[in-house]
Amino acid sequence: MTDLIRKTAAELADLMASKQASSVEITQAHLDRITAVDGDVRAFLHVDTEGALAQAKAVDDKRAAGEQLAPLAGVPLALKDVLTQEGVPTTAGSKILEGWKPPYDATVVKRLKAAGIVILGKTNMDEFAMGSSTENSAYGTTHNPWDLTRIPGGSGGGSSAAISAYEAPLAIGTDTGGSIRQPGAFTGTVGVKPTYGGTSRYGLIALASSLDTPGPCARTTLDAALLHEAIAGYDPMDSTSINQPVPAVVEAARNGDVAGLRIGVVKELGGDGYQPGVEARFHEAVELLTKLGAEVVEVSCPHFQYALPAYYLILPSEASSNLAKFDAMRYGLRVGDDGENSAEKVTALSREAGFGAEVKRRIILGTHALSSGYYDAYYGQAQKVRTLIARDFANAYEQVDVLVSPATPTTAFAIGDRIDDPIAMYKNDLCTIPSNLAGNAAASFPCGLADEDGLPVGFHVMAPVLRDDLLYKVGGALESALAEQWGGVLMTKAPELEVTR
Amino acid sequence: MPSITREEVAHLARLARIELSDDELDHLAPQLDQIITLVGQVSQVAADDIPPTSHALPLTNVMRADEIVPCLTPEQALSGAPAVEEQRFRVPRILEED
Repeated sequence: MTDLIRKTAAELADLMASKQASSVEITQAHLDRITAVDGDVRAFLHVDTEGALAQAKAVDDKRAAGEQLAPLAGVPLALKDVLTQEGVPTTAGSKILEGWKPPYDATVVKRLKAAGIVILGKTNMDEFAMGSSTENSAYGTTHNPWDLTRIPGGSGGGSSAAISAYEAPLAIGTDTGGSIRQPGAFTGTVGVKPTYGGTSRYGLIALASSLDTPGPCARTTLDAALLHEAIAGYDPMDSTSINQPVPAVVEAARNGDVAGLRIGVVKELGGDGYQPGVEARFHEAVELLTKLGAEVVEVSCPHFQYALPAYYLILPSEASSNLAKFDAMRYGLRVGDDGENSAEKVTALSREAGFGAEVKRRIILGTHALSSGYYDAYYGQAQKVRTLIARDFANAYEQVDVLVSPATPTTAFAIGDRIDDPIAMYKNDLCTIPSNLAGNAAASFPCGLADEDGLPVGFHVMAPVLRDDLLYKVGGALESALAEQWGGVLMTKAPELEVTR
Repeated sequence: MPSITREEVAHLARLARIELSDDELDHLAPQLDQIITLVGQVSQVAADDIPPTSHALPLTNVMRADEIVPCLTPEQALSGAPAVEEQRFRVPRILEED
């Protein structure tokens, strides 16, 4: 039943509930798809065939025994390689962790397992989630299934590519400055950054602890909401976890309705530097929401223009501290331990050999920003800008319920195009970064294809802290209206991948 | 005049315990200079009366009951170590010759 790979997670769950398909059949269909296309897409760093089939069989056995199962039990999923999974290689896209097998599960992974969700394997990513294209992975670039010469976005390019190549119906990403939403936009899929603290960071290999947020990737709004509900919620293992109920995201996705909703178009996120095809699809989506009964106004967030520089001070500062643990002593790569070199020298040699160019660049930038004499001018000022951005959001949410913008200034660019121009690369994240700095909920939903290149465009929605349900309300409404025009979700317009094996 | 020199980058790399080759320094120093010019914009924005926000959430110290809970076994904790001896992490020598 090869069309199993074309089904949404919700459809697969229904098929299993009505005994028309087993989890083993569904899992095997996706494993076969990975074998067939991943040589070209390269979404996966590690495929856990045996483990996935064993998890699937366990779910089938429980179902056969009449046990009550969670909504997504038996549905396969691709896991970003930045989350620890006990006994399964976890590298965060870095050579410094090559071959490392964590001795414990991240909380998100524990919850996936408890929900009976089948983990197919670990997906490619920019090293330690530093990047916007997945070109910074130590294990090679992932290719965008819409056009294999293009990047899939980053840092979660592998997760988004896996679902857009029909290798998995669901995936987990992590979003520090847009690493779920930007690849979602580039691959025509749904990517959600939950409220910071709404999903646990325990077992997530930290990049910037005050920003990192695990979240769902899927091909439909409902699938993303079902996965969101499965992984979200308070975790005593994470001191930044919010002890509040998970917003009613599934209900919001099912009843996507924007009548009476006040939507603010962010004035500062558009215009110069934005690809015309991206802006055209964005404005059409806004018009569509107006027709569906939303009240749309323009809103100004004047400090958003400083989000990018503030972010590129805060992130490297936190990263330089978080990555200090890779010292070649307790785990990871060790280089130069020849009996002559001191521990300090071995650490420096190991970090030289184990880290890639972008990681070195950011660690050194962070070291600079935190160093004596520069701390107040850089890091301290960046934290003040964070206050101003949070105030912009607070002012905006007094006028409107949600804010919207394009998810990215351009569509997916060609592999190699920006790799030597860090500033051009960083500008990819202009629209997504403010929500990370303020901890807001935000998501990207597919809103069409750009005329210039026929590539997907993402519609970005931002909502206040713990109002993740509003994202799904807007996404659900937009998706239903657009599906009527397109005859299905945007992914159905993706070109067929050649089956190479 | 660059905002950061090649020598300063080499010094920062030493502080960050990253051995860099000359080629890497040649490549990295001008890029860092560009990035620092970009991020330096933040110094023009916020007035003295703006409080800094270090975190998106108001953080409080989190305490739990002082109860014994399961943790990693010594074997698990040592499982990823590059070198192990007598159930300990084996590390290169800490003290320099001089």
